Amino acid sequence: MARKVYIVCVSGTREKLQMAAMIASVAAATGDEVCVFFSMNALLYFVKGQSAAVPVEGSFGALLEKDGGVPPFKQLFKYAAELGDAKLLPCSMAIDLLKVSTDQLDPELGPPTGLTKFLSEAEGAQMLTF
Amino acid sequence: MSQTKIIDARDTFCPGPLMELISYMKRANVGDELELLSTDKGSVNDVPEWIAKVGHELISSEQVDNVWHIKVRKTK
Repeated sequence: MARKVYIVCVSGTREKLQMAAMIASVAAATGDEVCVFFSMNALLYFVKGQSAAVPVEGSFGALLEKDGGVPPFKQLFKYAAELGDAKLLPCSMAIDLLKVSTDQLDPELGPPTGLTKFLSEAEGAQMLTF
Repeated sequence: MSQTKIIDARDTFCPGPLMELISYMKRANVGDELELLSTDKGSVNDVPEWIAKVGHELISSEQVDNVWHIKVRKTK
């Protein structure tokens, strides 16, 4: 039976985004129902044309950056959506604060979503926050 | 008889090899054989786990030098 895995991404650091993306991609590709809610600093990297470097928290983050064999987190989130039908949802509050429209976000992202709807859909799910 | 498709995922880290395999698996036909080449040790356990969970067939898994060769067949 498929599990429900709901992930909240708020941090904009490489380690947390990488771990969230790894879990999202593997869970989705294994048949779990996956939904990722992007807010706060995490949403910034999904605005088209965003070229700012992702800060690292510690030495492991630097390792992730250095080794070309580590799949980029955005690629893994894309795998989650394409291979496992994961929903990638931008937080409506964060979109308002950033003053961006949905067509300025990466195409893998779904419609702006409020917390009430997200929490309602997350009922019974395993919730992970990064 | 279909030819085995080689997926070279050497020098990529978890979950890169698994994602590469799944990408090709999605596009393959039922009955096709795929052979994943991986230097990521986690793939040795993760790929068979995924195969068992989604219901494909693990044909073989062997290490040659530092490379794991994992052969699978798409069954559905």
